[in-house]
Amino acid sequence: MVQIADKAPRTGAPAPVRERPAPRPSRARLWRGVTPWLFMAVPLALLVTFTYAPVANMIAYSFTDWDGLSPDLKYTGFENYTELFTRPELFQVFYVSVYYLAASVVQIAVALYFATLLSFNVRFRNLFKGILFFPYLINGVAIGFVFLYFFQDGGTLDSVLKLFGASTDRAWLGTPASANVSLAGVSIWRFMGLNFVLFLGAIQSIPGELYEAAELDGATRWQQFRHIIAPGIKPVISLSVILAISGSLSVFEIPYIMTGGATGTETFVIQTVKLAFQFNKTGLASAAAVVLLLIILAATWVQRRLVPDDKVDLV
Amino acid sequence: MSIRLRRSTAPTLAYLSLVVAALVVLLPLAGILLTSLKSSKEMADGSGALALPHDWLNFSNYATAFSDGHMLTAFGNTAFILLFAITGTVVIGSMTAYAIDRFTFRFKKLVVGLFLVATLVPGVTTQVATFQIVNSFGLFDSRWAPIALYTGTDIVSIYIFLQFIRGIPISLDESARLDGANAFTIYRKIIFPLLKPAIATVVIIKGITVYNDFYIPFLYMPSENLGTISTSLFRFKGPFGAHWETISAGAVLVILPTLAVFLFLQRYIYNGFTRGATK
Repeated sequence: MVQIADKAPRTGAPAPVRERPAPRPSRARLWRGVTPWLFMAVPLALLVTFTYAPVANMIAYSFTDWDGLSPDLKYTGFENYTELFTRPELFQVFYVSVYYLAASVVQIAVALYFATLLSFNVRFRNLFKGILFFPYLINGVAIGFVFLYFFQDGGTLDSVLKLFGASTDRAWLGTPASANVSLAGVSIWRFMGLNFVLFLGAIQSIPGELYEAAELDGATRWQQFRHIIAPGIKPVISLSVILAISGSLSVFEIPYIMTGGATGTETFVIQTVKLAFQFNKTGLASAAAVVLLLIILAATWVQRRLVPDDKVDLV
Repeated sequence: MSIRLRRSTAPTLAYLSLVVAALVVLLPLAGILLTSLKSSKEMADGSGALALPHDWLNFSNYATAFSDGHMLTAFGNTAFILLFAITGTVVIGSMTAYAIDRFTFRFKKLVVGLFLVATLVPGVTTQVATFQIVNSFGLFDSRWAPIALYTGTDIVSIYIFLQFIRGIPISLDESARLDGANAFTIYRKIIFPLLKPAIATVVIIKGITVYNDFYIPFLYMPSENLGTISTSLFRFKGPFGAHWETISAGAVLVILPTLAVFLFLQRYIYNGFTRGATK
């Protein structure tokens, strides 16, 4: 995963990698040994304080009944985890993420379609590219309000439907199924642009001669997609899938802003935030967060297994 | 004949799908924009969201949203956080990248591994425990809480800097060292200035992420006077209840700066997000 050995000669240090420390290290040498740590002291301190310490604490809290405030806490073993998986109202948030997971499949498919389309010479290409990408940059709270108004009774959606002669007095956010589908739709609207731009970038980095050669051989657009584009963007697609999975499990902003988790739209993160900060059940909330973290790590691991990406050299 | 037919219908369908997609993106935004220009009287007559406003220059809702929604304070707080979080990220990210790429040291694998694994931990999951840590530093309900979190947990920018720093020839370092420069001088005088394109990328990505973030300021800065763009807009929900014309104006006020930045920096933004996400 991490390759560093090949970098050693480039550092310009007089010693090759494996050489033992010289018997009498000169002052300059000692100084050189300390220097990288001076540069990394602050970043490492921050990394440990704000990423690793919380993870460790969270695991510890998850085995207690701590309320987040009082000085005393009791060790309760796996009680929190049992509660999480046996109380149906706590478990039901997982069903909500299925809506978002389905939405991300649609999202990736739509993004792939438009990326392929706009990789060919199309008039107003930059305009369309900009329009499709822009939602990704918009503030989440603003998007929440835009769509609260959109789905409102007599709001934008109803007005559009009226233009087509279909008048509904349907409360789009009224029932759990309809609300979740609507919210998942908002999520597609918001995040499709990122997938689209990623795919487009990957497609455009495929050398143009390949298409020319294919065209000379009489390949159709579909064949070009199947045999040139699809293999070329596999790494990006696999990245998008993992982002989609962790994204669908950690949905928070849009449902929290739009419905506050009402009418069966509560997601895992909304529930965790409520448990921790409204009901002061830090122990139970930590257990929930640990479960989410484990699921996401597992998904990443599976994805790395299924699509071993030798081009990912991270350092 | 059949080939010619296909040649003529396929592009039409392609354009049609593009136009439909563009409408899907733009209509919800248009609804808000049109509503923000209407008076409360127009809102009451039930003409629908897409009816055109009588007076296209009716900015009174914007004035209401701006003053009653405390948007000035919000823009001020967001600017403050942006300034420190971006500066911190650039300095910390470039220093880490410099140390990792230009030096060999013990435990290098371990350090790199620590940064790597941290990218897999989604920030939303750990806030339950991060909250306690931030609180124990006495940072809760201050602008330094988000600044510390944004600077301290940004690993993507370290990767962007790393990628870039590898392209800077090592011979530059060496000739400077022969001239008697120490490691810090080399970083400051040679590496940092050459990192400009990477810095631009990080500033753009970080800027947009921080500007849009809701979760962290929502958790860590509950005070009325500590609203950021996102949390202040979120608070429109209460007092303005059904006054959609005011809420819409607030939303437009928040979206406009993003639109301006996007129009001016399009190319950098595409590159930035492509690089940021694939790392």
